[in-house]
Amino acid sequence: MSRRSLTLLKNLARSANGSGIQTRSVTYMPRPGDGAPRAVTLIPGDGIGPLVTNAVEQVMEAMHAPIYFEKYDVHGEMSRVPPEVMESIRKNKVCLKGGLKTPVGGGVSSLNVQLRKELDLFASLVNCFNLPGLPTRHENVDIVVIRENTEGEYAGLEHEVVPGVVESLKVITKFCSERIAKYAFEYAYLNNRKKVTAVHKANIMKLADGLFLESCREVAKKYPSINYNEIIVDNCCMQLVAKPEQFDVMVTPNLYGNLVANTAAGIAGGTGVMPGGNVGADHAVFEQGASAGNVGKDKIVVQNKANPVALLLSSAMMLRHLQFPSFADRLETAVKRVIAEGKVRTKDLGGQSTTQQVVDAVIANLE
Amino acid sequence: MARRSGSILSRLLANPPPSPFTAPTRSITYMPRPGDGAPRTVTLIPGDGIGPLVTGAVEQVMEAMHAPVHFERYEVRGNMRKVPEEVIESVKRNKVCLKGGLATPVGGGVSSLNMQLRKELDIFASLVNCINVPGLVTRHENVDIVVIRENTEGEYSGLEHEVVPGVVESLKVITKFCSERIARYAFEYAYLNNRKKVTAVHKANIMKLADGLFLESCREVAKNYPAITYNEIIVDNCCMQLVAKPEQFDVMVTPNLYGNLVANTAAGIAGGTGVMPGGNVGAEHAIFEQGASAGNVGNDKMVEQKKANPVALLLSSAMMLRHLRFPTFADRLETAVKQVIQEGKWRTKDLGGDCTTQEVVDAIEMASNSDARPLPKFGDWDVNDPATAEGFTVIFSKAGEDKKTGRSTSKTTSQRKQDAKPAVKKWLCFTFS
Repeated sequence: MSRRSLTLLKNLARSANGSGIQTRSVTYMPRPGDGAPRAVTLIPGDGIGPLVTNAVEQVMEAMHAPIYFEKYDVHGEMSRVPPEVMESIRKNKVCLKGGLKTPVGGGVSSLNVQLRKELDLFASLVNCFNLPGLPTRHENVDIVVIRENTEGEYAGLEHEVVPGVVESLKVITKFCSERIAKYAFEYAYLNNRKKVTAVHKANIMKLADGLFLESCREVAKKYPSINYNEIIVDNCCMQLVAKPEQFDVMVTPNLYGNLVANTAAGIAGGTGVMPGGNVGADHAVFEQGASAGNVGKDKIVVQNKANPVALLLSSAMMLRHLQFPSFADRLETAVKRVIAEGKVRTKDLGGQSTTQQVVDAVIANLE
Repeated sequence: MARRSGSILSRLLANPPPSPFTAPTRSITYMPRPGDGAPRTVTLIPGDGIGPLVTGAVEQVMEAMHAPVHFERYEVRGNMRKVPEEVIESVKRNKVCLKGGLATPVGGGVSSLNMQLRKELDIFASLVNCINVPGLVTRHENVDIVVIRENTEGEYSGLEHEVVPGVVESLKVITKFCSERIARYAFEYAYLNNRKKVTAVHKANIMKLADGLFLESCREVAKNYPAITYNEIIVDNCCMQLVAKPEQFDVMVTPNLYGNLVANTAAGIAGGTGVMPGGNVGAEHAIFEQGASAGNVGNDKMVEQKKANPVALLLSSAMMLRHLRFPTFADRLETAVKQVIQEGKWRTKDLGGDCTTQEVVDAIEMASNSDARPLPKFGDWDVNDPATAEGFTVIFSKAGEDKKTGRSTSKTTSQRKQDAKPAVKKWLCFTFS
């Protein structure tokens, strides 16, 4: 009796803790044919890319998700993304990728940016929030950074006027600003978010960021129940690290979005755990949320200690995008449980595990 | 340790800790496509009896949530001969319909309009999710059964004729085509929802050819899903097992009539037909109505007193929101309904309470618009620790809002003071020095 009562007690205690994970939805009715498998283009990438995309492949197979991957090898030093990869993404409409290394200074332009521009993936979304079980210096962080992905400072238009003088053009158009603002407010509406904050530096770049702000204000008029305010980017960075709970959804042009997303991801637990994706009208590319071009150091690659959590959560985003919500729920729950238990963590979260150990823990936690 | 664990265990089991109903946290991996928020049109058929009451409830809740659906209403009554052409056109255009029950006369008279709608739009699968709702105590625990019922043929073919006066033949038609597609839908549902078992319900010992064909189709489809257990059960044994040991069933696939009976039984053991969500789906269209017993329009007394239970149709409309690809609104609605049922204060007569439909709807509206953060109790505020005061700003600003909208349910202290003491006239005395 004593031995059984101990195990019974443990079970009761575990259920009483209530890990706060959602139970199965009772209102899911698939359409006939919803279970048909989908093809997804997979680009492993450089550095830690193959390691973490392999993690996703393993977990998808363990879940028997109706997904099969078409792998393509693309490396950062290619001059452009091979045309068959673009064909494949245009056919499948969805791509999962690891980071592509971009050389600093001279050399080829970033293939990550090239992919986004060619497929017109105009919105990049990063969801930065405190994960239960992962204590950080900041609490109550729940920020979604929606960043314009195709223009701004990343237009890639630079020229040397005279030797020793270089001009870099930052391009802001009404068309792109309007559609990113529309996407941000639509996201806030669909997710019952209360506030959208536009991040800008219009006191200095009066015309460029001024145009961005005008577009945001116009779209804000159509959503009277959502609060809209604006914040200058330097004050924004300070507020992010002082009082992050004041931010909800943030809509930003390209460069500020990059910085704000990395900062927000950092205060909430690190870029190794935040999910994110890039979406356009027709295609979607899923990669690590913030700092997607980061391919890690050689040491991490050699020791296989990269953190797969961010790409796993982004692949849950991909499953939801492909309309497989129950698989997305299972994957999200399993990952959250592994993080909450805290036993298997990679170095950036304070642990010592390898990527494979994290993957095994996630597979073990799948229902 | 042995002695202590025994007493701890018995104490724990005697007063179980409050069931951890945590409002499901927002999903962190939802990224809408651009244009996903565009409003959709849905055909609405209020129906007869309690129909207008419960569909009115759904309309109210949808508006309170600002859900991107708007309804096109059409009046259809059970005693019409057939569903009007414009209603069918509208459903074909919108692809989704929400309806209350249409009363079908017993015996002679017109054939069921509910059935007509399903056949004409070829809505071949009816799904009823019978599950124990937390907070609603029933005689059976651990019920989690999904009944998938073939919707277009079987005993409901409507082919009857009088051979000679006094002798009537009713034809039950079973085809391989329909049996195969319902079996495929059932296994696909089980695969997508990580269900472990599919049970086919039949009476093939008696109707060897008809139900035998149904079973053959199910067996063939089962071969394509080796990870899912498949078994068969005769319908009379099934009814007995449902009421004796319902936890053995997971997904059940059935022909038309058995499905009707099994769905009603399963709904009954899990809490009643007033709370179970369900829907009908075909390759192109979908109709959402109360889960089990959808043709039930209630009795006149319920209509007069407005005490019909709107929960089933509200959960079915959450199913509809998910079908229309608005998962966040579906989550909010489902959470709000579950919260209201668990709190147990607002229940209609079939769940043991005494509220009207409107009171339940108000409770659900309030639950769906509240923030996920719980309000702290008075006394939790520690003056020396300013962090504990944070929640109180929520209470005070909520009280301020309520005052502005004049919608406060609880009296403020000033109101209570005024009620307690009648106003006393005060005399001001001045002394002039």
